[in-house]
Amino acid sequence: MALLEIENIDVFYGDVQAIFDVSLSIEEGQTLAVIGANGAGKSTLLKSIAGLCTPATGEIRFNGERINDVPPHRRVPLGIALTPEGRRIFPSLTLEENLLVGAHTKRSGYWNLSTLYETFPLLADRKSRLGTNASGGEQQAAAIARALMSNPRILLLDEVSLGLAPVVVEQIYAALPAIVEQGTTVLVVEQDVNQAMKVSDRVQCLLDGRTVLEGKPSELSRERIASAFFGI
Amino acid sequence: MQWANAVVQGVILGGLYALLAAGLSLMFGVMRLVNLAHGALAIVAAYLGMVLVNKTGLPPFATLLIVVPVMALVGWVLQRTLLNTALNRQSLAPILVTFGLAVIIQNLLLEIFTADNQSIDVGSLAGASIQITPDIAVGVFPLITFIVGVLVIAGLQLYLAKTTTGRAMRATSDDREAAQLMGIDHRNLYALATAIAIGLVGLAGVFLGVRTQFNPTFGDVTLIFAFEAVIIGGLGSLWGTLWGGIILGVAQVVGAQAFPSSGVLLGHIVFLLVLAFRPTGLFPKVVNG
Repeated sequence: MALLEIENIDVFYGDVQAIFDVSLSIEEGQTLAVIGANGAGKSTLLKSIAGLCTPATGEIRFNGERINDVPPHRRVPLGIALTPEGRRIFPSLTLEENLLVGAHTKRSGYWNLSTLYETFPLLADRKSRLGTNASGGEQQAAAIARALMSNPRILLLDEVSLGLAPVVVEQIYAALPAIVEQGTTVLVVEQDVNQAMKVSDRVQCLLDGRTVLEGKPSELSRERIASAFFGI
Repeated sequence: MQWANAVVQGVILGGLYALLAAGLSLMFGVMRLVNLAHGALAIVAAYLGMVLVNKTGLPPFATLLIVVPVMALVGWVLQRTLLNTALNRQSLAPILVTFGLAVIIQNLLLEIFTADNQSIDVGSLAGASIQITPDIAVGVFPLITFIVGVLVIAGLQLYLAKTTTGRAMRATSDDREAAQLMGIDHRNLYALATAIAIGLVGLAGVFLGVRTQFNPTFGDVTLIFAFEAVIIGGLGSLWGTLWGGIILGVAQVVGAQAFPSSGVLLGHIVFLLVLAFRPTGLFPKVVNG
């Protein structure tokens, strides 16, 4: 049984439809990358899984249970954690306090302050810095660490690379194997196709709110991905 | 020495204002909600204290053991029912709802207790004072009020800074949606914050009722003084609220020393000056999202 299954969902913002009949499925322990251009509906998809958007039709199932109507704060105890677009670090809290808030649901597991400081060494030196004063890379690392503090079964990563220098992106993605190693299922949303192909077992490409391509990175040629990505 | 005395009395009065303003400051800090029923609720607490003293003969301080939990419960229920709903509407809704609440409370109090002035009797404590210098004497009860005010502000500050729930409140104040993604149920957290705030209003209301005469319309001026203390100190900052209360108290008492009938007016002028030249208050919260 897949850990997360999405079946034919439509999602709207008011009158505007952002997602058309998208389905998706991830086995436990797998890493899936959802790629696509700006406005393809990638973030909306993640928000729907985390509960910030509710699909008008279709079903989202986690661990076999329908979760369409479960509010976001109840999805965290189930084991769903989202690192949102724009990191959304709490600005008036220190980075360490941000991490501690991530442990609000007290789910137990491998991740705690000390294992996270090991995995993200750049955070260990900056833990008493206020969120608002942290650099983009520090904020991104803290946002991922904060999500991991809930010891999720599935980690949803939204646009990790956005606005960061390539060297910083490398540093942050370097932590991914350690996360996967704990058996955590990972769903990454990326505009950076190369990065997405490198880290994932499977890739799904969205265009204007619809799935246009999916498969294993090794089986997809650059040409097919490019044409799916841009719709040409 | 008259002036020194005025400053000392002003600082002490400021403690009462800070105590009155603490709940207002907390509710604004945590959920950006301006509770216009704050003053009316303080007067409810004063009446509650008075009734308990008169009917049961409890000593005034002992009534706090009943008034504070009752008011906290009122706060919790208010938040779970009216205010959480109001917060989900457009930004004017909470202001209108709490304003309406203030009007209803005031009229109910008029209906039950008439417009006569009342006060809570503390016996000999009301007149007791400590001579500090030959020219300066401090009332024992006002001094107790001041100390309670400082302890309440310090306690709240500590609670927000050091406890898990306090941290969750600060996080929710920064970014409600991101806090939900951490598994925080903001509606529960808001209800808790309001319970604490209105419980503190209960505490402040009883102290107010001992210190001065009150009647059902006294909530308006209570709200204004509390509001001025919060604004002078800087919205969202608890230590700022303490300083705001002290500055307001000193302005009023020193003002009354200079112009005997215009003390309160001078308080308002200081408030307006702060609003005009430092609209974020004198001790604003350093961080803004």
